[in-house]
Amino acid sequence: MFFKISPDAGQPLYLQLTQQIRHGVETGALRDGDQLPGIRTLAEELVISPNTVIKAYSQLEHDGLLELRQGAGAFVCVKRRTRALAAQLHAARSRIRDLIERLRDDGLLDEEIRRAFEGELLYPVEVAKKR
Amino acid sequence: MTNQPVIFTQALSKRYGQSAVVRELNLSIERNQITAFLGRNGAGKSTTIKMLLGMTRPSAGSGTVLGKQITNSQESRELRHRVAYVPEDKPLYSYMTVEQTIRFASSFYADWRPEVARKLLRDCELPLQRKVKMLSKGMRTKLALLLAFARRPDLLILDEPSEGLDPVGTEYLLELLVAQNAEGVSVFFSSHQIAEVERVADRVCILDKGCLLMDASLDQLRQFYRRIDLLFAAPPREREFQIPGVKRIDSSGLQMRILASGNAEAVVEKAHELKALSVEVVPVGLRDIFLHTVREN
Repeated sequence: MFFKISPDAGQPLYLQLTQQIRHGVETGALRDGDQLPGIRTLAEELVISPNTVIKAYSQLEHDGLLELRQGAGAFVCVKRRTRALAAQLHAARSRIRDLIERLRDDGLLDEEIRRAFEGELLYPVEVAKKR
Repeated sequence: MTNQPVIFTQALSKRYGQSAVVRELNLSIERNQITAFLGRNGAGKSTTIKMLLGMTRPSAGSGTVLGKQITNSQESRELRHRVAYVPEDKPLYSYMTVEQTIRFASSFYADWRPEVARKLLRDCELPLQRKVKMLSKGMRTKLALLLAFARRPDLLILDEPSEGLDPVGTEYLLELLVAQNAEGVSVFFSSHQIAEVERVADRVCILDKGCLLMDASLDQLRQFYRRIDLLFAAPPREREFQIPGVKRIDSSGLQMRILASGNAEAVVEKAHELKALSVEVVPVGLRDIFLHTVREN
């Protein structure tokens, strides 16, 4: 599995890791029983603090998505089929594509569109719901 | 014992004549973490480290490293057996060859790991027979780092470790740092290279003019620091936004820019109340946090 860590993304690194692994499970890129790199291996590979990996793995273990076996490593647990998400994401992408197309037609620059998207995503969830 | 901080200081201070270099520093560095000690040149980072290691005497205050009093000479000796330290100026004997330097250093340390030293030597591609005085700056740095990384200390203290390293060398250094920490070594390193700190550190302490201005986890900084850019038809008074968490407010024409260390929700809500035409929330990187913190001081 490939990871992408962005130190300046405004999100704790352990959360970036958990979300990417969860995403991998939900899209089917990671399957039941798949082994993830050990804490040290992954920390060295991504050049991040081992504590970040520990935090991410513990969170996923707590959520039942990962099984940590002493000395053997981390194994993915998928109890139910969550493949539906792959289809959902596919549909979402095409809606986003349409929206971007319309915004471009309205004369917005890509940079303006990107900033609008990023800004909306950074809105705290509670506030976004109120609007 | 396990929850005891690896470094703990109380009102630790150092004066040289009239000038205070370190002022009443209260540090508490947790075990098993990678902590970055960030500050401008001359902020007092090296002086602090030297006090921790008994190389210079504090003018006031006290401290412990691995539970040992830093000002007690017996305890200071004991703690230095369990701390690996790479000083800023990387002092090495210039007349020795690389091989002699390694053999010489290894004889001092009970925790020396010859197989690790051999591996590091291969990775660093250091010329064994070359005299230290003939090494490039980057090679000297690598040799000094090798002498620390070949040990298995409880605490690793590095003073500006990436000084003189090229990007490949820096990356290698960070990998070594991570590997050491994965083996249970607590790491405390000073730096002014924000990009490297931002990736590997768990916590960051910012020192400026001898004062500790910030001690925070990077996760928290990432999660809570936000910049909020606002646009108004008629800008409200700045004091409308003086709410907890707001660090700085700048106005320029119809625009307002707010830096918040938390509570961005409240700022956004306030902006909507005040009929902002546009509200943009952006994360703030460590570089901006550092610059803001130091400039405000």
